[in-house]
Amino acid sequence: MTTTSTAYRSTAVAARATELSKVYGQGETQVVALDRVTVDFRQGEFTAIMGPSGSGKSTLMHCVAGLDTFSGGSVRIGDTELGSLKDKQLTQLRRDKIGFIFQAFNLLPTLTAQENITLPMDIAGRKPDKEWVRKVIDMIGLSGRLGHRPAQLSGGQQQRVAVARALASQPEIIFGDEPTGNLDSRSGAEVLGFLRNSVRELGQTVVMVTHDPVAASYADRVIFLADGRIVDEMLHPTADGVLDRMKEFDAKGRTS
Amino acid sequence: MLRTALRNVLAHKARLLMTVLAVMLGVAFVSGTLVFTDTLSQAFRNQSAKNYDDVAVAVTSYADGSNPESGSGVSQKTVDRIGALDGVTAVSARVNGFAGVADPNGKLIGVGWSNKGANFAPGKDGKDPAYAFGQGSGPAAADQVALDQDTAAKGRYKVGDRVRVATNGPVKEYTLSGIFTTDDGAVSAGGSLVLFQTPVAQKLYLAPGHFQDVNVSAAPGTDDEKLLDQVVPLLPKEAVARTGAALADEQAKDIEAGMSGLNQVLLAFAGIALFVGVFLIANTFTMLVAQRTKEIALMRAVGASRRQVTRSVLAEAGLVGLVAAAVGLGLGVLLAVGLRSGMSSFGMKVPGGPLVVTATPIVSALAVGVLITMLAAWLPGRRAAKIPPVAAMNSVHAAPSAKSLLVRNIVGSVITAIGATAIAGGAGMGDENGRYLIGLGAFLALIGVIVLIPQLSRPIVALVRPLLVSVFGVAGKLAGQNAVRNPRRTGATASALAIGLTLVTGLSVVGVTVGQSVDKMTTDNIRADYMVAMASGGPLDGSALAAVEKAPGVSAVSPLTSTYLKLDGEFAPTSAVTPGDVEKVLTVKTVSGGIGSLADGRIAVAEDSARKHGWKVGDTLPTVFGDEKKGSLKVGAVFEGSEFLSPVLVGSELAAQHEKKPNIQQIFVKMDGGQSAAGEKALISALGENPAISVMDRQDIRDQFGGMINMMLNIVYALLAMALLIAVLGVVNTLAMSVFERQQEIGMLRAIGLDRRRVKRMVRLEAVVISLFGALVGIVLGVFLGWAIGQSLKDDLPGYALVLPWGRIGIFLLLAGLVGVLASLWPARSAARLNMLNAIKAE
Repeated sequence: MTTTSTAYRSTAVAARATELSKVYGQGETQVVALDRVTVDFRQGEFTAIMGPSGSGKSTLMHCVAGLDTFSGGSVRIGDTELGSLKDKQLTQLRRDKIGFIFQAFNLLPTLTAQENITLPMDIAGRKPDKEWVRKVIDMIGLSGRLGHRPAQLSGGQQQRVAVARALASQPEIIFGDEPTGNLDSRSGAEVLGFLRNSVRELGQTVVMVTHDPVAASYADRVIFLADGRIVDEMLHPTADGVLDRMKEFDAKGRTS
Repeated sequence: MLRTALRNVLAHKARLLMTVLAVMLGVAFVSGTLVFTDTLSQAFRNQSAKNYDDVAVAVTSYADGSNPESGSGVSQKTVDRIGALDGVTAVSARVNGFAGVADPNGKLIGVGWSNKGANFAPGKDGKDPAYAFGQGSGPAAADQVALDQDTAAKGRYKVGDRVRVATNGPVKEYTLSGIFTTDDGAVSAGGSLVLFQTPVAQKLYLAPGHFQDVNVSAAPGTDDEKLLDQVVPLLPKEAVARTGAALADEQAKDIEAGMSGLNQVLLAFAGIALFVGVFLIANTFTMLVAQRTKEIALMRAVGASRRQVTRSVLAEAGLVGLVAAAVGLGLGVLLAVGLRSGMSSFGMKVPGGPLVVTATPIVSALAVGVLITMLAAWLPGRRAAKIPPVAAMNSVHAAPSAKSLLVRNIVGSVITAIGATAIAGGAGMGDENGRYLIGLGAFLALIGVIVLIPQLSRPIVALVRPLLVSVFGVAGKLAGQNAVRNPRRTGATASALAIGLTLVTGLSVVGVTVGQSVDKMTTDNIRADYMVAMASGGPLDGSALAAVEKAPGVSAVSPLTSTYLKLDGEFAPTSAVTPGDVEKVLTVKTVSGGIGSLADGRIAVAEDSARKHGWKVGDTLPTVFGDEKKGSLKVGAVFEGSEFLSPVLVGSELAAQHEKKPNIQQIFVKMDGGQSAAGEKALISALGENPAISVMDRQDIRDQFGGMINMMLNIVYALLAMALLIAVLGVVNTLAMSVFERQQEIGMLRAIGLDRRRVKRMVRLEAVVISLFGALVGIVLGVFLGWAIGQSLKDDLPGYALVLPWGRIGIFLLLAGLVGVLASLWPARSAARLNMLNAIKAE
């Protein structure tokens, strides 16, 4: 099940959503969270998903990452079609092919940093690739704190452990849900730097939901969502560029 | 603040349900016991009053035909003189004793209850007012008897049938003359009653022309007290006379005293339920307070005082306690009703009567429920008051109380040490006082261990962690760590099981140890193949001994006959035995002299008595015999004392010279070729197939002595069941709280790939670990306690050796594990079904 990431092959697709729809409720109370979204996440690319609150950016990530079910369309991770999978298979898929970084509660307080990093492999009952794990830990700069428990680490260090955990099992794709949302700007910059390095140097694929234009500027590509639809895309974004684009949507939102 | 308390109660219905259940159970036992006792004693009182309604004066003598010491009873002449007194309208004189009725298969009817025989005492109208005949009439000839209705039904006897009746003498066949009903208490309780013609009964039980009891009825308007004064001078010295009212009172009191055993058992259950419940309640409120930290901080921030916060928690506890007590009270009344019908289904006829619910059970139920709950909530309430107002502003999830356990550990260690010292000291003393000390020490040690239990949880759980990891993988690892995350909570949860298992293990160890040593004592001391005794526990008739001696295949026979001897001016418990045979049927270890000298009219004395009195072989002791004759006896042997031998042994023939009727307790028999079905049959038929006489083989003998112990252990196991039930509630409570607190973690674990099955397993293992931890603590403490009690009993039990019932202890552990599994069903399910997306969303 282990897949070695093939670096610098930006033409292959790591994850793909086709005509993806997600509808909550029925009849008059029906809410369309995702409206036939089609998007590719290419291997070795760092993608940021942006959009105002309620635009469906988190829902899109949850559906693609196999955390949530969807109402229509299809999602593929690598060769696997998610729509037909049962909970158990989805769980296995997440375990073996996906890495996660959440905004908070990434770590188990009872486990040390080291144990947290290898947790997905422990769950899978796989032996971690020691060399790779050491490489990841070196890159994240946590070597001295591996025996610490989360409570003994700062917020920034905790998120770095979370990044290391996501990278350690060499997943096909890593999803981040506002991974810097709870951090100050310096710690946030460090974490984003690591994510970008993992893409540049290790060929990892990363998809991140954020509402912070600075965070988005670390990505190779930014997708803008509004009302459940992809409304724009920006390659090689800068913080100012993203901010301007966001302001445009806000202005539109206000006038409409 | 009361409104806040009420709102809180309503908001946490599910959590508080566990508390309510625990309090309810305890209250139900308390009120159920009280209502049951009240109802029953009222019923018995009514019945006694009715029984002695028309009795003005009751005369009781404790005369017993088999024991000449007890006097000769009230003679017919005295009865006649009483009858001639002014105002007396009727006199009924009674004589009674043991009488067993055989069913058509030769088995005794009503085994285990009183099997009584009495005289039928018809008045001038030919009727005896104590008995109402449904069929036939009272015995009118010496070979006729009447039976109570239930006994007749059990034996399927009809009027005119031949019925075999065994008294202390040989079995005799009688013709059934009638079937009656009666208010007699023994019959109500499931016993049997046979009525004989008065002369027959007198001959069987006392002496011709003599009675034991006389009931005197008087004309209306007669002063009972005055009549009593007239009756007393007529009576022999050993007889006692009372007014009917006084007797009824006394009887009611006796019945109440008889019920106090049952009462105590039930109240012990209530005590355990409440004691264990305290931990559950305290735990629940601690959790509720922790969960509400922000809310309470907010209240403090907007101006609530610490006192108000504490009071609000206590008010909440009071409300919960009140509801639980009210429900418990209702349940208790049902329990009382159930107990009553339960007793009748056991064959005891409990007199009917209304359910008596006095103020006592109501007040005590409510007081116990409310007070216990509030007491248990007091500490959590104080903790709540200590929450600083600033906690409301803190956006970070409040860390669970990481307060050092240092003070707690010191207090716990000191209490445990004092308790353990007291237990060990009590064990060393080895007497009644030692046992009291052990009891006190056990209580202290239990409290101490409960205080220490949070600290104990870490190292003990750490021991099993490698096993958890290697067998259950990551779920086991996480469960092991989760179990010690909040040591206080784990400790409080485990306490419930620890308390229950301490008691049960301790008593099991004692029970099994005592049982084993009794068993060993029996095997060591009895060489006989069979023991013959009356099923009633009364003395055997001399004819039985003669019959056994003549039975085919018998190689040695010796009775143990209680004999009266005064040696050196002091009463000496003595058994008369058959010289030459006694050492073949019982183990007699001679220290000096020879046991064979019994045949020469010498006596044998036990080592202890010999030492105490300075007797040696060859000494001649001045003796007073049972018939008051004086003489002297020579010591022929000194032997090692044993449970089965009296301190003084004497030859049967010598004893018989001085006793009218031998008081034979048991007969020990050795057969050619040992125990065999044929041998047993030969004995039984030699004894005339008497249903009242039991012939016991070695296994039966052991069972007889072990039976009591097993019964005690069964009560203890019922206690275990209840402790386990409450423990389940406690574990459910803790797990539900843990799952609630760890929602985000569980959501994260699910997201990164832990499947539902393993989430469930993680929660389940945590429950099992906590349960087993509690059980282990309880078992260790219980074994220590059992050892200590055993030590204190050592002197009374020769051949004592501590026996640890590993099998039973294994079962206790298994049950504790099962408690964990059962308790985790619901929390594990809700953990596995957790909505991942909600859980991982930041606050």
